Amino acid sequence: MLVGHQPKEFLLAVEALTVSFDGFKAVNDLSFYVEENEIRVIIGPNGAGKTTVLDLICGKTKATSGSIQFRGKELTRMKENEIVQAGVGRKFQTPSVYDDLTVFENLEISYPRGRTVFGALTFQRDAAVRQRVEEVAEMIFLKDKLDMYADLLSHGQKQWLEIGMLLIQDPDLLMLDEPVAGMSVSERAKTAELLNRIIKDRSVLVIEHDMKFVEDIAHKVTVLHQGQILSEGTMEHVKNDPKVIEVYLGH
Amino acid sequence: MIINSRFFDRSELIGFIALALLLFIILPLTLDIFRLNLVAKYLTYAFVAIGLVLCWGYGGILSLGQGVFFGLGGYCMAMYLKLEASSVANTKIQSTPGIPDFMDWNQITELPMFWKPFHSFPLTLLAIILVPGIFAFIIGAAMFKRRVGGVYFAIITQAIAAILTILIVGQQGYTGGINGITDLRTLHGWDIRTDHAKFILYFVEVLLLFGCIVVAQFIRLTKLGRILVAMREKEDRVRFSGYSVANFKIFAFCVAAVFAAIGGALFTLEVGFMSPSFVGIVPSIEMVIYTAVGGRMSIFGAVWGSLLVNFAKTSLSESFPQLWLFGLGALFIAVVLLFPGGLSGIWQDYVQPRIDRLISSRKPKSGNGWADKSVADSAPAE
Repeated sequence: MLVGHQPKEFLLAVEALTVSFDGFKAVNDLSFYVEENEIRVIIGPNGAGKTTVLDLICGKTKATSGSIQFRGKELTRMKENEIVQAGVGRKFQTPSVYDDLTVFENLEISYPRGRTVFGALTFQRDAAVRQRVEEVAEMIFLKDKLDMYADLLSHGQKQWLEIGMLLIQDPDLLMLDEPVAGMSVSERAKTAELLNRIIKDRSVLVIEHDMKFVEDIAHKVTVLHQGQILSEGTMEHVKNDPKVIEVYLGH
Repeated sequence: MIINSRFFDRSELIGFIALALLLFIILPLTLDIFRLNLVAKYLTYAFVAIGLVLCWGYGGILSLGQGVFFGLGGYCMAMYLKLEASSVANTKIQSTPGIPDFMDWNQITELPMFWKPFHSFPLTLLAIILVPGIFAFIIGAAMFKRRVGGVYFAIITQAIAAILTILIVGQQGYTGGINGITDLRTLHGWDIRTDHAKFILYFVEVLLLFGCIVVAQFIRLTKLGRILVAMREKEDRVRFSGYSVANFKIFAFCVAAVFAAIGGALFTLEVGFMSPSFVGIVPSIEMVIYTAVGGRMSIFGAVWGSLLVNFAKTSLSESFPQLWLFGLGALFIAVVLLFPGGLSGIWQDYVQPRIDRLISSRKPKSGNGWADKSVADSAPAE
């Protein structure tokens, strides 16, 4: 893919991506590229199409036209679970954990083994699984809550648990939709620390409104407006872009 | 740690032993053969209910058409028995001897192709599992791959139950029509109508029931069991954790179908006939009610639910035949509104804690909720 024409091999190449819902183009001819180990933050006003972009990449929404290449694979033609297996992980905006299972079981389900029906029937909770679950639980500050039902966790803890579920999946591209939304100040600080630790060795695509948080982690920022790119570059560049100030930061 | 390597936890072990005592010892010793045969009939529905626990309770897939699979299993068995009862010697007064009587009445002169495999007992046993299993696979694949679920799935299964009933009734020459397949006599040369045979069949059935309980419990304890629960709650999260949700739903639906079919085949043996009245919408919904009353999250609850509701049905419908269906409906509504966990939920929420308190008050040490639970879990079963 793209070899020869591009200066670098991109992990994710989104090109001319368009999706229209009954004529309304939520994402309109969008192109952007994410490099290996890059942390990209997508910002933009409400309704700019940020979440839709993530939905398109992970297969939740089907594109009307355009292409999404991940490591040379065309994601627009793959099923959700195949996209996950190719190495794309997605965290949802509202914490999406299994309330009727324990923290341990939540993490275990995301462990990347035994994903077929037969595999799940013969799955053994062996030392490797236990070790990895405990390791991740420690990272997400839930080590002493492994036996607790996820139902009983606080909002912030559920967010961490879902991040942990992605972490155990070990994706090459991690997509986070507003990971610190609805968190207390102390939880936010802990989450930033957590994210800074887990974004090593992988590319991350984050949607976030918290500008302080964005400044802390972003390598590059993409500003979306009405389904199109308004501005792209370093945080410094984007912050001083008059168009961005006009539609987003100025408010 | 939460690692629980044992197959049954303490309360499940108590449930298992209690049920085994009841079915293997108490009932056969106390009931006459007529009543025992009634219990056997009730228990055939327990197979369906156990399947529904996996499929509906755990997987969240409500099927209102389990009668289809119960019926397919039952009809497979009935076809074998009917062919055996329709030997040339038995049917020499017919214009075409050697074919089932209802075919002769409908001017059919040759055994239809799809009846022929049922001359063989091994093929019949295979068909009892495979026919409903494959049918469930086709329905499941067609629905779940297209993301049809919830209420839509329930309605479609109900429609299938209605269609199959109409089909059976309409194709009288091939299926026996509304009367079903009757006058069944022997199984592989063994007369199933005697008291002795009924007694033996009862034990065979209870053994098979425990076999299904063990299989269901095994599935529940694997990661697949936990994925079913996860799927019921957050289907998208499971999908975006790399699982093909449709395949897991198809699996649960097929297992439930096969359990129902085993129940249906046994029903034919216990009762001595099979008819479309056990296939349609009403019996299918009744099967869901047994599961709901027993507790849709509890394998043992499903067995109790089937026994108790059927027992109530027999006693009440004898005295108040018109009122019974209203009673059943009211029971279902009451259970759903007041006790969503069914009987097993009532047991777990009200009875079990009292027993635990009684036991722990005799022990010197006792803690609060969580600690208490883990102590109970790690202690050897008493």
